[in-house]
Amino acid sequence: MFGLDKKDTRLLILVAILVALAPFLLNPFPEGSAMAQFNAGYPDLMQRFVIFGIFAIGFNILFGLTGYLSFGHAAFLGVGSYAAIWMMKLLTMNVIPAIFVSVIVAGIFSLAVGWISLRRSGIYFSILTLAFAQMSYSLAYSVLTPITGGETGLQPKVNDPRVLDGALAEGATPKANLFGLEMGSSFEWSVGGWLFTFNAGYYLAAVVMLIAFYMSIRIFRSPFGMMLRAVKSNQQRLNYTGLNAKPYTLAAFVISGMYAGLAGGLMVAMDTQVGAERMFWTASGEVVLMSILGGVGTLIGPVLGAGAIKYMENILSKINKEILHQWFAFMPDGIEDILVSLVYPFIGKGWHLTLGIIFMLVVIFLPGGLVEGGQRVARLFKRKKPAEDGPDGKTTPAE
Amino acid sequence: MEAIILQILNGLDKGSAYALIALGLTLIFGTLGVVNFAHGALFMIGAFCAVTLSRILTLSHTIVDDTQTDFLGNPLKVDVPYVMDWFGEATGSAIIDWAVPLSILFAIPVMIAIGVIMERGLIKHFYKRPHADQILVTFGLAIVLQEIIKYYYGANPIPTPAPAAFKGSFDFGAMLGFDPNIIIYPYWRIIYFAFAAVIIGAVFAFLQFTTFGMVVRAGMADRETVQLLGINIDRRFTLMFGIAAAVAGLAGVMYTPINSPNYHMGMDFLVLSFVVVVVGGMGSLPGAVAAGFLLGILESFASMREVLAVLPGLNQIIIYLVAIIILLTRPRGLMGRKGVMEE
Repeated sequence: MFGLDKKDTRLLILVAILVALAPFLLNPFPEGSAMAQFNAGYPDLMQRFVIFGIFAIGFNILFGLTGYLSFGHAAFLGVGSYAAIWMMKLLTMNVIPAIFVSVIVAGIFSLAVGWISLRRSGIYFSILTLAFAQMSYSLAYSVLTPITGGETGLQPKVNDPRVLDGALAEGATPKANLFGLEMGSSFEWSVGGWLFTFNAGYYLAAVVMLIAFYMSIRIFRSPFGMMLRAVKSNQQRLNYTGLNAKPYTLAAFVISGMYAGLAGGLMVAMDTQVGAERMFWTASGEVVLMSILGGVGTLIGPVLGAGAIKYMENILSKINKEILHQWFAFMPDGIEDILVSLVYPFIGKGWHLTLGIIFMLVVIFLPGGLVEGGQRVARLFKRKKPAEDGPDGKTTPAE
Repeated sequence: MEAIILQILNGLDKGSAYALIALGLTLIFGTLGVVNFAHGALFMIGAFCAVTLSRILTLSHTIVDDTQTDFLGNPLKVDVPYVMDWFGEATGSAIIDWAVPLSILFAIPVMIAIGVIMERGLIKHFYKRPHADQILVTFGLAIVLQEIIKYYYGANPIPTPAPAAFKGSFDFGAMLGFDPNIIIYPYWRIIYFAFAAVIIGAVFAFLQFTTFGMVVRAGMADRETVQLLGINIDRRFTLMFGIAAAVAGLAGVMYTPINSPNYHMGMDFLVLSFVVVVVGGMGSLPGAVAAGFLLGILESFASMREVLAVLPGLNQIIIYLVAIIILLTRPRGLMGRKGVMEE
């Protein structure tokens, strides 16, 4: 289907079903129960899952296939965001032009950055992209304030021109919409103790993510994708066969930059404000973490990694000492206190520590990320037929 | 003329910090071939060594002073640091006052120990893995170290003052024969520069004039041959990692009076230091030092009002701009050696 083979079609359909049913799947615990804090089925978080999923899918096309480690991808996300918000200020609050323009502008910007950065490879490439991203960040904060809003950032205002929209009533706030369907609007469905939220913005982002995912499968399976893999495994040999690697790597760089711009545009569509801090280099580091954690060079890995990190960021950081005391309340008092003090550094504000440790463990012991972990577990259960040891289905093994 | 001297002086202290961190990074890269993203965290840990020592020195117990009364008329409770009990009041308060310089003695063994543990415990296993993996695992380590410090010391900057004798500024211009009050320079910054110069000199002298240093240099040039000669180069490289950690740590210790340490100061410096290393040339020690000072001074020139009037925002991006230009025109950096990190 859609030019995919059977396995990929199955994977795509599986992802589509998971994404469509996410409001149910991520809300397994009834409202008000003790476990309700682990529910992730609220719109804001679900939107972040898919948007960062797109960001990570794009990053994976560059890093996973060509092996070029960019430390500056957040710059493209930021540029895309700024482009989208200007569309909303000048043209219309409809998200379609905003998203399209953000992709195009991020693509042009990444073409310029990639053109220069790809003259070098290895650590030099990482440093060059990092330098470009930090430059964009500093400029957005200082000199470019008229365009970027500096520290306060940008948001649509009532009296912005917006040529295509009619004038807004005084006091009304401009809201992002898709032909009149507001992104923030959601349909709530209460069943028993459960409350499921179906958010328009989430489903828009989810559809975009499915398209992005489909395109990444096509790229992975195409001759172009094979060339990118060749760049990763041995660029010199590629050169000796008379092929110039630069156009391929540059194309991969621009594609992944456009994915980042798409994520930035969607971010603005969901939450109509932009600040320069989303271009800071830690944001670039975050997408690296996502890809590695999920599994570099695999199809589904980056999405998993993005989901895992955003889930931890939102859920772990909400847990505080009182909740911990509740959990361990069944223990005798002394042991309860000891347990709480042992666990406490890893949750709440310390969730970064957990993230760092998990990340290190993954890099050390599981270079293929969660996907490789899943494959290893699957292989344990499949021991009976050792002859069938090939790639077991949905993903290509990582390096 | 005065303005130029002033900007050069302003650039020196930042440049010294860049140079020290970049020197450590290059030592690690040149010996072990590892790209260490946790080096900024070592700088930060050094700074927190100073914080820790000054806290240890001011550990105190409360006594009731009958000769003084507080505003309610009760006898005043006074906190007396233990050092004052042991060494008498004058010596004790002097020791507390000099906590930051004393931390140097405290930081050296601590940092060498941390460096050796890091190398033996983690980085050793990454020699054979690609550079990307090394970057990633040390990046993770940096996050972990940073968060541990944040957990114990909090997220706010902790002011750690210089000794009273070095507070304030002096009129450097008058010493050179310019009009007074034009070039005013804080004492501590000149001390930081002198300190950095001493450390850099010591590292170079160690590598140049000792047998140990000679073996290390030989190992940097051709590791296999040195091993074939029956020398255990790994052990020496491990110690060099410790020394590199100590250099970064000392840079952090002495930087505390200039900028109150907080848990993310390492990351802020790391990004810039990497740029410095790349500009200087991967694996070149003199290159790292020269590029550190060069970029520090360029940065302070770019933040002059006259320059900003022509090119606004230049001070924010000058370092990255220079790095991009240098990488594109001189791919090996200013003093890069042939064959180092050329894929």
